[in-house]
Amino acid sequence: MQLTRRQFFKVCTAGLGSSSIAAMGFAPEMALAEIREFKLLRTTETRNTCPYCSVSCGLLMYSIGDKAKNVKSEIIHIEGDPDHPVNRGTLCPKGAGLLDFVHSPNRLKYPEYRAAGAKEWKRISWEEAFSRIARHVKDDRDKNFVAKNAEGATVNRWLTTGFLAASASSNESGYLTHKIVRSLGILGFDNQARV
Amino acid sequence: MALQSLDIERRSATTTPSPSVREPMKVAKLIDISKCIGCKACQAACMEWNDVRDSIGICEGVYDNPMDLSADSWTVMRFSEVEPEPGKLEWLIRKDGCMHCADPGCLKACPSPGAIVQYANGIVDFHEGNCIGCGYCITGCPFNVPRLSKKDNKAYKCTLCSDRVAVGMEPACIKSCPTGALLFGSKDDMTRHAEKRITDLKARGFENAGLYDPKGVGGTHVMYVLQHADKPQLYHGLPKDPQISPLVSLWKGMAKPIMGIGLGLVALAGFFHYVTAGPNEANETEEDEKEEQ
Repeated sequence: MQLTRRQFFKVCTAGLGSSSIAAMGFAPEMALAEIREFKLLRTTETRNTCPYCSVSCGLLMYSIGDKAKNVKSEIIHIEGDPDHPVNRGTLCPKGAGLLDFVHSPNRLKYPEYRAAGAKEWKRISWEEAFSRIARHVKDDRDKNFVAKNAEGATVNRWLTTGFLAASASSNESGYLTHKIVRSLGILGFDNQARV
Repeated sequence: MALQSLDIERRSATTTPSPSVREPMKVAKLIDISKCIGCKACQAACMEWNDVRDSIGICEGVYDNPMDLSADSWTVMRFSEVEPEPGKLEWLIRKDGCMHCADPGCLKACPSPGAIVQYANGIVDFHEGNCIGCGYCITGCPFNVPRLSKKDNKAYKCTLCSDRVAVGMEPACIKSCPTGALLFGSKDDMTRHAEKRITDLKARGFENAGLYDPKGVGGTHVMYVLQHADKPQLYHGLPKDPQISPLVSLWKGMAKPIMGIGLGLVALAGFFHYVTAGPNEANETEEDEKEEQ
């Protein structure tokens, strides 16, 4: 095929013109029905209990990662557990925002110790923490335990130490907590139930 | 799945017809304002599911937090202290967000093909990938809902969790609601449920209780049960009779065919001028004369 210089220019111009019109939106595009990818497709569902208050709502926690050797799992979404009798799938604003609570940089993950008068918190091991607590409990109880009052009646009370227990406990752990605390003679006893 | 949303009904700036053989159920969110306690669990659940986090604001002395919708806050609780009758104070709490109009003003106003779509089940969704950030959807919306993000200059709003609905789950806000003020289901079921609630409210002394499903935008897929349906303005200025701005209707309605005809006429006139008068040609002597001058 023979093309003159003039014809060549015409072909080029026609091509440029038609492709520009298509690019400007005159050519209909495919109408695709696309939604945001459902993000829980390959996640692991784990049941748990909300740590905030004594209502103890049931949670479903969704994590990614298939637990392979080189993979670290991470929680990516939390919502209410519809099978839980307390909340039946619903959550309050604090529960609905639990994901950021789990991933918060301020979250306390290990025991810390601040000596009297010191400004800095120091990380200690669980072993050390338990030993310290047990030591203090024993010393304080030995020093301040009141077996009988002024009238000679048996009271068996220990007023210098209080106990703050967890909120989201089962009946069984609540019963055990109560037994331990009361058998030590502690009167100041509360549960973290109203955060 | 009955609630599946994968068929498109309408698409912004597109004239090609959408597949319409299947007729999926129309879905709706029902917000029963008489049951809402304003706890904002829906706000938190919305941000968590949709992976958006608004910046931490400041307290303005009222319960509203954040104070307005944003590209990162797709739903906010609006708190209004009103006196519908003198001496009778009421604290009305309205969950604000996209109403998913059956005749969406945002979609009509949008000039970018496929940036706004309406699924066959009624959900109006933004596809930010196609958004050009012009903000016309904000002008087109009778409820002032879409917001341009300062990060990427694209418009965002509630999607009615189209990703959850497509796999047969309820939107995140509905699931979290502890008082059951939020419900989700077919539009028929939600209307029926609302009727029961309205009968109950009327028996409790709210004579003007009613359903907010404004006809001016073809009905909405987010409906309110209002204690004072005769005065929706009490609920933080909920419009009584929302309409798409006449400018948008004119520009995207009547003006379009007129402009098309005008453009065609110009092309036709050009063609006939070329045929009858021909191109304007100059011979060499004329050119030389001009150059000499």
